[in-house]
Amino acid sequence: MTQTLVSAASGALLATGEGGPGLHSVPATGVFDATWLVIALPLLGAAVLLLGGRRTNRFGHWLGTLLAVGSFFVGLALFSAMLDASDADRSVNQHLWDWVSVGSFQAEVGLHLDQLSMVFVLLITGVGSLIHIYSIGYMEHDENRRRFFAYLNLFLASMLLLVLANNYLLLYVGWEGVGLASYLLIGFWQHKPSAATAAKKAFLMNRVGDLGLAVAIFLMFTTFGTFSFDQVLSGNAQASGGTFTGIDLMLLLAACGKSAQFPLQAWLGDAMEGPTPVSALIHAATMVTAGVYLITRSAELFNASPDAQLVVTIVGAITVLFGAIVGCAKDDIKKALAASTMSQIGYMILAAGLGPIGYAFAIMHLVTHGFFKAGLFLGAGSVMHGMNDEVDMRRYGGLRKYMPITFVTFGLGYLAIIGFPLLSGYFSKDKIIEAAFAKGGTSGYVLGSVTLVAAGLTAYYMTRVMLMTFFGRERWKEAPVGAPADWHEPHPHESPKSMTLPMIVLAFGSVFAGGLFVLHDSFVNWLTPVTGFSEGDSPFSEYAVTGMAVAMVALGALVAYVQYARREVPAVAPQGSFITVAARKDLYQDAVNEGLVMRPGQYLTRMLVWLDLRGIDGFVGGLAAFIGGTSSRVRKVQTGFARSYALSMFGGTALVVAATLMARMA
Amino acid sequence: MSGNFPWLTVLAAVPFAGALLVAAVPAGKRALAKNVALLVTLVELALAIAVTVKFSPNGDRFQLTENHTWIKQFGVHWALGVDGIGVVLILLTAVLMPVLVLASWNDADAPQVRMDGTVGDTAAPRSTHAFFALMLAVEAMVVVSFAATDIFVFYVFFEAMLIPMYFLIGGFGGAQRSYAAVKFLLYNLLGGLVMLAAVVALYVATADADLGGAGQGTFDLMRITQAVGTGELNLNPTAEKAMFLGFMFAFAVKAPLWPFHTWLPDTMTEATPGIAVLVTAMVDKVGTFAMLRYCLALFPNASKTFAPLVVTLAIIGIIYGALLAVGQTDIKRLIAYTSISHFGFIIVGIFALTSQGQSGATLYMVNHGFSTAALLLVAGFLISRRGSKTIADFGGVQKVAPLLAGTFLVAGLATLSLPGLAPFVSEFLVLVGTFSRYQAAGIVATFGIILAALYVLVLYQRTMTGPVKAGVEKIRDLNVRELVVVAPLIALLLVLGVYPKPVLDVVNPAVDDTLSQVEKTDPAPSHPIEQVAAVTPLGGNK
Repeated sequence: MTQTLVSAASGALLATGEGGPGLHSVPATGVFDATWLVIALPLLGAAVLLLGGRRTNRFGHWLGTLLAVGSFFVGLALFSAMLDASDADRSVNQHLWDWVSVGSFQAEVGLHLDQLSMVFVLLITGVGSLIHIYSIGYMEHDENRRRFFAYLNLFLASMLLLVLANNYLLLYVGWEGVGLASYLLIGFWQHKPSAATAAKKAFLMNRVGDLGLAVAIFLMFTTFGTFSFDQVLSGNAQASGGTFTGIDLMLLLAACGKSAQFPLQAWLGDAMEGPTPVSALIHAATMVTAGVYLITRSAELFNASPDAQLVVTIVGAITVLFGAIVGCAKDDIKKALAASTMSQIGYMILAAGLGPIGYAFAIMHLVTHGFFKAGLFLGAGSVMHGMNDEVDMRRYGGLRKYMPITFVTFGLGYLAIIGFPLLSGYFSKDKIIEAAFAKGGTSGYVLGSVTLVAAGLTAYYMTRVMLMTFFGRERWKEAPVGAPADWHEPHPHESPKSMTLPMIVLAFGSVFAGGLFVLHDSFVNWLTPVTGFSEGDSPFSEYAVTGMAVAMVALGALVAYVQYARREVPAVAPQGSFITVAARKDLYQDAVNEGLVMRPGQYLTRMLVWLDLRGIDGFVGGLAAFIGGTSSRVRKVQTGFARSYALSMFGGTALVVAATLMARMA
Repeated sequence: MSGNFPWLTVLAAVPFAGALLVAAVPAGKRALAKNVALLVTLVELALAIAVTVKFSPNGDRFQLTENHTWIKQFGVHWALGVDGIGVVLILLTAVLMPVLVLASWNDADAPQVRMDGTVGDTAAPRSTHAFFALMLAVEAMVVVSFAATDIFVFYVFFEAMLIPMYFLIGGFGGAQRSYAAVKFLLYNLLGGLVMLAAVVALYVATADADLGGAGQGTFDLMRITQAVGTGELNLNPTAEKAMFLGFMFAFAVKAPLWPFHTWLPDTMTEATPGIAVLVTAMVDKVGTFAMLRYCLALFPNASKTFAPLVVTLAIIGIIYGALLAVGQTDIKRLIAYTSISHFGFIIVGIFALTSQGQSGATLYMVNHGFSTAALLLVAGFLISRRGSKTIADFGGVQKVAPLLAGTFLVAGLATLSLPGLAPFVSEFLVLVGTFSRYQAAGIVATFGIILAALYVLVLYQRTMTGPVKAGVEKIRDLNVRELVVVAPLIALLLVLGVYPKPVLDVVNPAVDDTLSQVEKTDPAPSHPIEQVAAVTPLGGNK
C-alpha cells in the first residue's frame, strides 16, 4: 500500500521534472529483497576459503566459482524483475543496518539498485564468473589456488558493494575493498620482488585517489549535512558553484586513482605482475572502470559544475592519448593491453565529462570494453599458458596455427576494440566520438579530434599486437640472445576447455553486444532515468563522424601492417627516435613521480629521523643534562636518576607555590 | 542490594588483590603464577562485562557512583563513577589484559639481557611472578584512573602507575631497557609534577569559592564542573589558562603529543611486546581520556582558547609520526612512531570540539588499542623467532609462516584504517569532525592515510614478501597459544568495523555532555538539503 503511494509520488515528481533525472528510490520488496545476496554470496566464499585454510584446498576453486555464478543468477533474477517494473519502480533502496551514527553524521549500511547499478552487477558477476571458470584451468598448477579464489571472491564482493552502496561512505568501503583485493592479487606471487613492489605501488597510488573521495565526503557532509545518494543526488542539493566544483574535483581525483587516469596512471602497467585472469577481471573489465561509475553516479553533482566537467574531459583526453602512445611501444603483450585499457577508460572518462550527452555512452563503452578487453587478456593468458609464460611479443609469431581458438577469439576482440564496422567497439566508440564533437564550440572540436586520433592509434597498436603474436615468422623457435644453457624451445598448444570456453563467450559479447545496445537505442533509454540524456549539437552528421573514424582506423591498421607484416620483426627492439624511446619509458611517468615525490620524500624522512634523535630528543636530553648533571649520568640509574628526581621535585614544589599564589590573586 | 554494590571498587580491587596473590606464589612455581594471573584477568573481564551491562547508555552521565570520605582535611573522597567514555575504556583494558598475559607467557622466564648486551645465566627465581604481579597492578591503576571522579584520587593513581611501569620496562626487555625506563620515568614524572601544581591551584580556587563548604575546597569533579557551569566557580582567565596548561602538559606527555613524544619510541622498542602494548594501548589512553574528561570540563574557556594550538600540534604529530615511521629500520620502533601518528588523530579529534571528533576519538582509543596490540604482538612473535628486530634481517616470511604473515597483514591493514575494519570508522569520524571545524587541518590530517599505507605496506613488503632470507627459513608458524592471542583481536577489529553502533551508543551521550560543558555545538551544514520526506524514505522496508 505505502509502496504504491510512494512510487506514485516519485513518479509525479519525475513527471513535473523537478530535480531532473535526480535519484529517487522506493523501498525494496519482492525479488529486490534479495539484492544483498549478490554481495553476500562471494563474501561468504572469501570467508570460508580464507578461514577454512588448507582444509578447503580440494574444493576451494569449485566453491568460489559456484558462488560467483550464484551471484550472477541472483543478478539475472533482479534484472528480470527490473524489466517487469515501471521506470519509477526500478530504483530500489534496501536498508540493512545502521552503521555509524554520531550527531548529524548518519551512515547506514544500505543498498541502492537502479538501472545503472544493474548494468554493473551483470557485468561484474557475468565476466567475473567467466574468469573464475577460466582460472580453474589457468591456476591448476599453483599451490595457492585456493587463496587465489578467495581473493577473487573478495574482489567480487567489494566491487558489488561499490556499485550497490546507497551512500558515499559505504561506497568508500567497496572502493578500498577492491583496492585491497587488487593489492592481494597483483602481489599474488609475492616471492617475486617485482610483484610485491607493483602491488604496493598500486595500493599507494590508489590511496592518493582515496584521499579525494574522503575529502569529497567531508565536503558533502559540511555542505549538505548528508552523503546518502537519496539526499545528495535527489536534485535538491543547493550550494555555491565553487563548492560543487570542489566536490567534483575531489571525486575526479578518486576516479583518477582507481581508473589509472592521468596523473595517477603509473600503477596500471606494473599491475600486470598479477596472474593474467586478474588483469582481465580487475585491471581491464571491472575495477578500473569504477572511476567512470563514480562520475556517472554523481551526475547530479557534476552537472552543477561545468568547470569540473571541463577538467574531467581534459583528464580523459590526456589519458586517451597517453595510453595509446605508450601502447604503441610495448613489447610485453600484457603491458600493451594495459596501456590500451588506460586509453579506453580515458574515452569513458571523457564521455562522462560531457554530461548528459555522454554518460550513457561512457557506460556503454564500459560494458563493451568489459567484454572485448577481458577476452583479449584471457587470450593473452592463453598464449602465455602455451608459451612457458613468455610475455615478450618479439618472442612470439605465427601462433595462429598452434592455438586456433585463441586466435579466433582474440582476433574478434581485436576487431571489436579497433572499431571494425558493426562489432561492439565500433558502436560504442563511435558514439563517444560523436558526443565529443556534439559538445560544441572549440572544446568540442579539440575533444572530437583527440578521440579520432586515438582511434587511429588504437588500430595501430592493436594491429601490431595481433601481427606480432599470431602472424609472421615463428621467432620462438630460435634461442633468444643470451639464453640460459637449459633453454629449450617452447611447444605452443591450445589451452584446455575451461579456458577457451570463457574466451568464446566473451568473443560473442565482443561481436554482438554493441549492436544490441544501439538497437532501438535500448541501452540509452535504459539508463536515461538515472543519468539523463541530451542529444547535444554536433557540427557533423552521424555518417560523417563514422566515416572519419573508420578512415582513421584503416590508416592506423595500414601503417602497422606495413611496419610489422611487410617487414621482419627484429628479435631485439631497435633504438628508435626520441618519441619511441619516451613511449617505451611510459612517457617518463616513473621518473616524474620519483623526482617530484619519492626522492624529496626520502630526503625529508631521513632528515626528520636525524632531527628526532638529535633535535627534539637532543634538546630535552640537553635540558635534563643541564638540570641533572651530565647526560651520561642520566643514563646511570642510581646517580643521575636520583639527582634529577630531587631537582625536579624541587622544581615542582616551586611551581606549586607559584601556582597557588597565582590562584590566590585571581 | 545490587544498587549499592560497589562495582567499581571491586573492579579496582580484583587486579590489586590478584597482584598480591601472584606475588605470593612460591618461588619457582612459574606456571602457577602465570595461571593465577590469567585467571585474575579473566575474572576482571567478567566483572567489566557485568559493569558494562549494568551501565545504561541513556541514564545519568555518571553511573555506579560511590563516594566515601578519604582525607577529610583536604576534602578528598574515594569517589568513583563511570560515564560512557570511561566504561568503554575500562572494557578495553579488561579485554586486552588476558590477551597480554597470554602473549607474554614466556617473556619473563628467560634470562634477561644485561645492559652490556650479554645475557644472564638464569632468570631470577621470582622474575615471572614480579612481571605478572606488576602487570596486574598497572591494570588496577588504569581502571581507577578511568573510574575516578575525584581529581585527587585520579592524580594519585595517574602518578602511581609510573612505579610498576618503571619496573616493568627497566626489568624486562632489550639491552637498553634501563635507559628507556629512566627516560619514561623522568618525562612522565615531570609532567605529573606540573600537573600537581595545577591540581593544588585548583583546590585553592575551589576553597576560595567555598565549594567544599566550611571554607574548604573540593576535588569532586562533578561538583567543580557544576560550579564552573553555573559561574559559582569563576576562575580568572590567566589562572584558568595556567591550570589548563598544567593539566594538559601531563596528559600531553603521557598521550604523547608532539613534541613531548620522544620517550615513547625508546620505551616501546626496549620493552617486551606485551609491555609495549600495555603502555601504548592502556597507560597512554589515560592521557587522552583525561584531556577529554578533565581539561575540557574543568577549563572550558581555556580549552577553547588553546584548541587551535593543540590541534596544530596534533596535526604535526600525525604527519611527523607517520614520516618517521617510514624512515625506521627497526620493527618495534616503526610501530612506536605509528602510535605517535595515531595519538595525533585522537587528540585532534578531542580538540576539534565536535561530536564526530570526540566520539571518533573515543572510539579511536578503543580501536587503536586492538589494532596496535595485534600488530605489536604478532611483530613480537616474529622478532622472538628470528632474534632480531631489524627489518633488513627479514624477508619472505610469508613463504615459511603464512599464518603469521596473514595475521600481520590484517593487523597492518587495521593500522592503515582499511574500511571494513574498526579503525576506519573512528579515523573517518575524527577527520570529518575536524574538517567541519578546521577545514585545512582536516585536509592535512587526511594526508596521514596515504603515509599510513606507505609505512604499513613497506614494512610488510620488506619483512614478509620476496625471496626467503637466510635465517628466516627456520621461522615457525603461529602456535595455538599465539593464535588464541591474535584471534579475538582480529575478530573485534572486524566486528567493530562493521557494527560499531553499540560502542557509539554508549559514548555519544557522554560526548554530548562534554561539548555542552564547553558550550560548543557542531557546525551546521551550509546548505542543508530540503527533505522530501514522503518520496525518499531512508528507513527502507521495515
